[in-house]
Amino acid sequence: MAATESVSTDTRRRRGVLRALLSPIRETSGLARWILLTGMFITAFFLVLAIFAPWIAPYGFDQVEANGVEFPETAPPSDEHWFGTNVMEYDVLSRVIWGARTAIEVVILAIVLSLAIGVPLGLVSGYIGGWLDRVLVLVMDALFVFPSLLLAIVAGFLFSNVAGGSIVSAALSITVIYIPQYFRVVRNTTVSAREATYVEAANAIGAPRRTVMARYVFPNVVQSVPVIGTLNAADAISTLAALGFLGLGIQPGDAAEWGYDLQRAIEDVDAGIWWTALYPGLALTLLITGLTLVGEGLNETINPTLRKRRLRKVTLPPRQPETAEEAK
Amino acid sequence: MADPAGGSLPRYIGQRLLLMIPMIWVILTLVFLLMRVAPGDPVSASVGGRLSEEALDARREAAGLNRPLWEQYFEYLGDAVRLDFGTATDGTPITEIIVDNGGATLTLTMAAFLVALVLGIPLGLIAGRFRDSAGDVGIRLFGIVTYAAPVFVTGILFKILFVEKLGWIQYSSDIATAPTEFLISENEITHIALLDLALVGEWAAFEEVLWHLVLPAVTLGLLICGVFIRLVRVNVLQALKGDYVEAARARGVGEGRVLRKHALRNAMVPVITIIGLQFALLLSGAVLTEATFNWPGLGFRVYQGILDRDYIAVQGIVTFLAIVVVVISVVIDIVGAMIDPRVRY
Repeated sequence: MAATESVSTDTRRRRGVLRALLSPIRETSGLARWILLTGMFITAFFLVLAIFAPWIAPYGFDQVEANGVEFPETAPPSDEHWFGTNVMEYDVLSRVIWGARTAIEVVILAIVLSLAIGVPLGLVSGYIGGWLDRVLVLVMDALFVFPSLLLAIVAGFLFSNVAGGSIVSAALSITVIYIPQYFRVVRNTTVSAREATYVEAANAIGAPRRTVMARYVFPNVVQSVPVIGTLNAADAISTLAALGFLGLGIQPGDAAEWGYDLQRAIEDVDAGIWWTALYPGLALTLLITGLTLVGEGLNETINPTLRKRRLRKVTLPPRQPETAEEAK
Repeated sequence: MADPAGGSLPRYIGQRLLLMIPMIWVILTLVFLLMRVAPGDPVSASVGGRLSEEALDARREAAGLNRPLWEQYFEYLGDAVRLDFGTATDGTPITEIIVDNGGATLTLTMAAFLVALVLGIPLGLIAGRFRDSAGDVGIRLFGIVTYAAPVFVTGILFKILFVEKLGWIQYSSDIATAPTEFLISENEITHIALLDLALVGEWAAFEEVLWHLVLPAVTLGLLICGVFIRLVRVNVLQALKGDYVEAARARGVGEGRVLRKHALRNAMVPVITIIGLQFALLLSGAVLTEATFNWPGLGFRVYQGILDRDYIAVQGIVTFLAIVVVVISVVIDIVGAMIDPRVRY
């Protein structure tokens, strides 16, 4: 995980948040930029679907009739149901659109939760060290080698008993997988940052431990976290769908979930019914691909061993101070 | 990454093997905590509502669930050491499930691994060598999409395409309806259906099993193949920047030889270490592939266990698979240390 000290935080702050968000695009060129843009476009498309699902989707996700007429069961695509209907008489197109909302809700919740737990744990563990560090590293390493889907299955089993098959229980099952990743990255960077001169300086002027951790170590170790977050988002959506597919996900009446719909569609396939599986499957694959492309593009920009920076064309600026600043 | 430079190789191997013990202990404890501390015990979760309160109590008593938690914990650990993972709700010991269904999982994962190696390594090498060419773009996109597509989506789409639409793969009816019985061979010699059938000489059945293997193996293989492409490509890129490659080029070594002898060999070291991690992905993928194709391996039994809410079966098989992953990752770490050309003993 490369630290991104090259792009100084100073310039970023000066140029505002939007610029900072777009900076990877400006820094990449050719293929990497294309990959990043395609990924962002696909992700944005699904974000729009997720946010505006109630207005875009023709029906509700658990709607089985319209205007007093009951929907047919596993009807092929038609004018009323563009993607057909499935075995539960739901409209496949609406389930696909609402599914985007579920996926994004769960993933955001899961990543925020794993950040909220993994980052502080890693920081404290790495900075304080000692037996606490050893125990935490052992537990996190064990969680890390545990095949992630199997871990999610065990956690899903637990949480679906406690909280039922809801969005929260699905997010919690996924959280367990990602905590060790943030923990590891943050802990390892903290261990090396602890020896850095600026930390030594802060200690020397008598800053309390809390302050050193929060003000000096944290901003420096947290830089690689957003990239892991992006990479995890793709993986988290895949895990959510896998849990749904295995029957540990969200109940169909609570929210539309692609994995669950795919599980219900397996038997349809043997009967030659393809539309109930194809559309949720494509949506799922497309969203994961989009997020993977974003991660891939960012990786290409940030990982110094892969980076091929665009050579900026040097154009001599006209003698005006503002434009000279811009062309830097 | 493991750095064995500090000590001798045997010492490194000893350390890795010893470290396995606390790791497995932590895994066992985690699974125990997650599965048993949950409100609602295994018995009421699986058969609750179907039996009277007294009958449930009797079952809990029999399963030892009314005893203090720590007592259960030590018994669980003791059993696990003796490779006893409990008994499923239907009365089958987990160990028996592992022996019976493990063969099918082994067959599937090996076949998938083969597919992934045969496709992934050459593609990754080409992509790395001809960076940013059209071939590189195509291969990388292929790798990204196959890695991104969940195995059950790929599997279902393959079924729609090759079985339903194109009809390239036809299953004979007796095996299509009951693949479970068919693949868990009645000729129990090795518990691996393909091997048993070959040993007994039932070639028609052997062929049928192979046909059944094709789609699951390709589905799972494509997932791992994406990983191989990425890994080999990135490592070839990094290796090609290495001093030794430059030195080889400076000596006038041909580009093809540089790629094969210098770049690939160094690129393979991280690849082999990371295969250890991929094994976890392979097993996770196998669970989903087996559930998609009704391939009667351990993953299929996990899936059934989830649907039947059979705690013990899910816990037992998952624990077993996790231990397998730990052991394999240690073995691969050791192998990686042995073949690294930069480390000589």
